Amino acid sequence: MTHVLDPDALSHDARALVAPLPPYDDVTRSDAAFRAFLHGLPGVDQVGAEARAAQLGTRSIKTTSKAWAIDTAISMVDLTTLEGADTPGKVRSLAAKAKQPDPTDPTTPKVAAVCVYGDLAGVAREALQGTGIHVAAVATAFPSGRASKAVKLADVRDAVDNGADEIDMVIDRGAFLAGRYLDVYDEIVAVKEACGDAHLKVILETGELKTLDNVRRASWIAMLAGGDFIKTSTGKINPAATLPVCLVMLEAVRDFRAATGRQIGMKPAGGIRTTKDAIKHLVMINETVGPDWLDPDWFRFGASSLLNDLLLQRQKLRTGHYSGPDYVTVD
Amino acid sequence: MTSTPFEYAPAPESRSIVDIAPSYGLFIDGEFVDGTGEAFKSVNPATEEVLSEVASGSEADVDRAVRAARRAFEKTWGPMRPADRGKYLFRIARLLQERAREFAVLESLDNGKPIRESRDVDVPLAAAHFFYYAGWADKLEHVGLGTQPRPLGVAGQVIPWNFPLLMLAWKVAPALAAGNTVVLKPAETTPLSALLFAEICRQADLPAGVVNIVTGAGDTGRAVVEHPDVDKVAFTGSTDVGRSIARAVAGTRKKLTLELGGKAANIVCDDAPIDQAVEGIVQGIFFNQGHVCCAGSRLLVQESIHDEVIASLQRRIGTLRVGDPLDKNTDIGAINSAEQLARIRELSDIGEAEGAQRWQPACELPAKGFWYPPTVFTDVSPAHRIARDEIFGPVLSVLTFRTPDEAVAKANNTTYGLSAGIWSEKGSRILKIADQLRAGVVWANTFNKFDPTSPFGGYKQSGYGREGGRHGLAAYLKGADQ
Repeated sequence: MTHVLDPDALSHDARALVAPLPPYDDVTRSDAAFRAFLHGLPGVDQVGAEARAAQLGTRSIKTTSKAWAIDTAISMVDLTTLEGADTPGKVRSLAAKAKQPDPTDPTTPKVAAVCVYGDLAGVAREALQGTGIHVAAVATAFPSGRASKAVKLADVRDAVDNGADEIDMVIDRGAFLAGRYLDVYDEIVAVKEACGDAHLKVILETGELKTLDNVRRASWIAMLAGGDFIKTSTGKINPAATLPVCLVMLEAVRDFRAATGRQIGMKPAGGIRTTKDAIKHLVMINETVGPDWLDPDWFRFGASSLLNDLLLQRQKLRTGHYSGPDYVTVD
Repeated sequence: MTSTPFEYAPAPESRSIVDIAPSYGLFIDGEFVDGTGEAFKSVNPATEEVLSEVASGSEADVDRAVRAARRAFEKTWGPMRPADRGKYLFRIARLLQERAREFAVLESLDNGKPIRESRDVDVPLAAAHFFYYAGWADKLEHVGLGTQPRPLGVAGQVIPWNFPLLMLAWKVAPALAAGNTVVLKPAETTPLSALLFAEICRQADLPAGVVNIVTGAGDTGRAVVEHPDVDKVAFTGSTDVGRSIARAVAGTRKKLTLELGGKAANIVCDDAPIDQAVEGIVQGIFFNQGHVCCAGSRLLVQESIHDEVIASLQRRIGTLRVGDPLDKNTDIGAINSAEQLARIRELSDIGEAEGAQRWQPACELPAKGFWYPPTVFTDVSPAHRIARDEIFGPVLSVLTFRTPDEAVAKANNTTYGLSAGIWSEKGSRILKIADQLRAGVVWANTFNKFDPTSPFGGYKQSGYGREGGRHGLAAYLKGADQ
């Protein structure tokens, strides 16, 4: 995409300005066509999806595989702070933790990214200079997404200008639930354009979409529109990332790659607090999309308290006993 | 694209929780006694290790057991207040739960099934059956056989090796709740969980003779079935043996229920939830290594989505973990016996010879023990033997259909009729097809789901009579006019 989109031209056009990848390049030709395509995706049987997710949750990951899983999970964490009370000091302390999660053990891997509001992206960028840790910023009137497109795009450009190299946008759930799928699509296309070189993660906010059929459709909209990652939640709505939702989203990225050849990343966020939860996700990746996604480039955990539990479990494996919350850092 | 292997380290369930005696006798009249037949060995099919030596019941042993059951029926269990019979059943159910891990490990050792299934399916369901029928014990006037239904007397029960404890529960719980006493013959290759159940009966202080367990092979089973003082025969197993039992019982006063083989159709329509359907296909045929009489062994997939479904299915089968039944991550365990393995091999070879395409994932099988990889046959025609004969192993035959009518016609084109499955997102289609299927159980958008409240049983050569639910009690009761 080389041209700059005029945000005002997009809003109620029946035809998407940028076509998706083949073989899907004609599905956005009209509202009706796009709806027919999305509603023609295979349905999701909720009972079956929940049963499958629960079954994967019974895998028993021990000893060497547990050690590998913990380190892999740490390296996939998007260490996140998204509070109204965030300050440069808080962000700097989070950045320090991102670089060296466990001061007692320098072999601990560093996390994938630090995730903040756009106005603090500059602070994070400066604190993480030269570490290879990404700076992710939420944008597009996060978490509700209820603002004009111009404001959302300005929000994105601002975050990128401040040094974010990953943008976590929210989709317009109102438009989605009203059936205006092409509007949702066009907005993602515009945000992707505004991102420039920054990677775009598209937050579906599955807790507001409710049904797994909706989750599948929203995933496809985000992938067709050029999102680099699809992400479950803002973390501000309950339920956030659940295993059945992740299963359906992983199936979507798997099917999308099979059809188009393009691999899309996946990020569950919110509600993943324990090592056990994280390992269940790794098992689910392994057995749903395969090891190609077992990499921080393709899978992230949006989390804050998860990291400390991973560190405690890592210490437990190393020393043979559990320590306490004072043996990991508060941030 | 990076690729990092995520290997699961071995996660074996400890077998130290189970104490297997070097030898077992018969459980008659509340005591373990020596059998007068020749003892036989029970083997762990995953390693071929001998687990224990088990007594074989002779005709005389069976006679002793039936007489003990008759005494208990007349003196203790029959006259007992129904609510008190219920208390014993509740107690047994609780003990099964308390000792669930022990039962699960023992079942996996003796049968070869993965611990995930014995732990999450067999044992909890067995306990659920006892809980369910315990509740019925003092409510029999609501079964639908009039205000005073009466028990039949002594039930002779012969059960198969595929779900040793669960089939015991299906047989024993309703019989006891209805006020009968039982003589049960477990399968020759899997007697151990029934013997542990005998211990539970003692622990529950169940009166002597109410449950008698006589181990042995076919001759022992025949002695149970043919004993003149048995009032009711219940059998689960192969159609051939079922047929000979029906002959033996014909002309006697005995009531008979038979739960026999199957060749279930699992119908996947083009509007199915594909990912869940693939799970259901896997669950339908690879659950318990396919040693399931209601297994979805014939996949009927709509021609328009055949390639997509088969590709998904093959990818999914590639993630199944075959190996040590006691490993908590094992999906497919061992084939129960050398004999059964030989039958699976024979029928698979016939399938190939008749022109079907065999597909198996790359998978390493243990050197010792009895193993068969998950197998899918495509290009199967209804005339092929693998589309008609029950294989009773992890072997799926894939056929196609073009219209719902054709699906129904092909699904019903079998000498069996135990179960069937339909996958569609369209409710009206599911109901219409289900109405036309001649099968005892029809699952919609799921497969191999069992519940004590739900009757289970077959059409045609899959047998007659129902187990489970209120219907299951009717098989052990007689109304005022009988």
